[in-house]
Amino acid sequence: MYAQALSASDPTPLAAEDPAKLAAFQARVDAEEKIEPNDWMPEQYRRTLIRQISQHAHSEIVGMQPEGNWLTRAPTLKRKAQLLAKIQDEAGHGLYLYAAAETLGIAREELYEQLLTGRAKYSSIFNYPTLTYADMGAIGWLVDGAAIMNQIPLCRCSYGPYARAMILICKEESFHQRQGYDIMIAMCRGTPAQREMAQDALNRFWWPSLMMFGPHDSNSTHSELSMKWKIKRFSNDGLRRKFIDATVPQAHYLGLAIPDPDLRFNEAAAHWEHGPIDWDEFRRVLAGEGPCNRQRMKHRRRTEADGAWVREAAAAYAAKQLAPAEQAA
Amino acid sequence: MTESPAPLWEVFIRPRTGLAHRHVGSLHAHDAKMALLSARNIYTRRGETLSIWVIPSSAIVASDPGEKDMMFEPTGSKIYRHPTFYEVPDEVGHM
Repeated sequence: MYAQALSASDPTPLAAEDPAKLAAFQARVDAEEKIEPNDWMPEQYRRTLIRQISQHAHSEIVGMQPEGNWLTRAPTLKRKAQLLAKIQDEAGHGLYLYAAAETLGIAREELYEQLLTGRAKYSSIFNYPTLTYADMGAIGWLVDGAAIMNQIPLCRCSYGPYARAMILICKEESFHQRQGYDIMIAMCRGTPAQREMAQDALNRFWWPSLMMFGPHDSNSTHSELSMKWKIKRFSNDGLRRKFIDATVPQAHYLGLAIPDPDLRFNEAAAHWEHGPIDWDEFRRVLAGEGPCNRQRMKHRRRTEADGAWVREAAAAYAAKQLAPAEQAA
Repeated sequence: MTESPAPLWEVFIRPRTGLAHRHVGSLHAHDAKMALLSARNIYTRRGETLSIWVIPSSAIVASDPGEKDMMFEPTGSKIYRHPTFYEVPDEVGHM
């Protein structure tokens, strides 16, 4: 889910690694041992993780924007407080993940730089606009729901700090999804206008949520190594199918229609089958041509610049506290 | 003005009295006060703690994972340090 645009070419290709060390490393991974920060690891393992964990972190931070859009306009104080708590959680999740990425030997500043210059990606779902308040419901229910599907297996990822960050995150993520579904329930039990708004939000977020799981397995490059190294535990299609199976009954409870004319239940396999996904749209959004890509990045850069005085003041104050001892001497 | 990077701190929290402080993660802050406040904001949003320790990561001295085998082998092979190594006769009952 966060491994977009991973480069196939690597400075230290696997072939150049010491075969004995590589074999010992693989044996540890196979035995479900966790790899910790100072353990030996192939360069490619390190780089793949830095990329994936940081892109996961960037996704959390950028993901605050579509929801921040409706914070002041959520209809009640309770809804504002809930939404604020969710957005704050996301900032925290980003921070847990940046901290985990740093244990692999990269500075926080460099990770921010990669995001701000567009070199690093973040989950494409956050490049869609939030057009109505019902989107807060749809996002919590579908987007966080999809994230949970992906994050639970990651709690067992081979890299210790990432797995532990995921455990912290999963504890909080369930509230995010329930908060969103709670909004959907309220709207679907409300006026016809509210029900329509809820259906419209589902219509706009359904397919992008399915795309969050990444390309079909047959088109997914790099998966094999990630699976072998237990960075990725389930296939894209496998997780997507789990998500659809869980979510369709939830939509039926709400009295909403999934915007897929080809959606049908396969009795024999006991799974919901879905229609074709528009992968052109996915590629365009990933490449920067989604509805909000430019806006998200512009906002992020401006926020970073606007916050500079706070960071500088904190540094200056800390330095000042140390200085008097030197001045007295 | 070029910004100076904030140093790294490790965060430990004690969930309740009776339990030890547990490592939960790390954060960046320019001084101890901000580190403590940030630790509270980031790592304790649901009443998980009574007490927070923050320590500059540079203050931690860690054993070398490369020396793991040599350093810890003696502690694993002295089985006579375990009570189960010793047989207590049945007539004596529990000891």
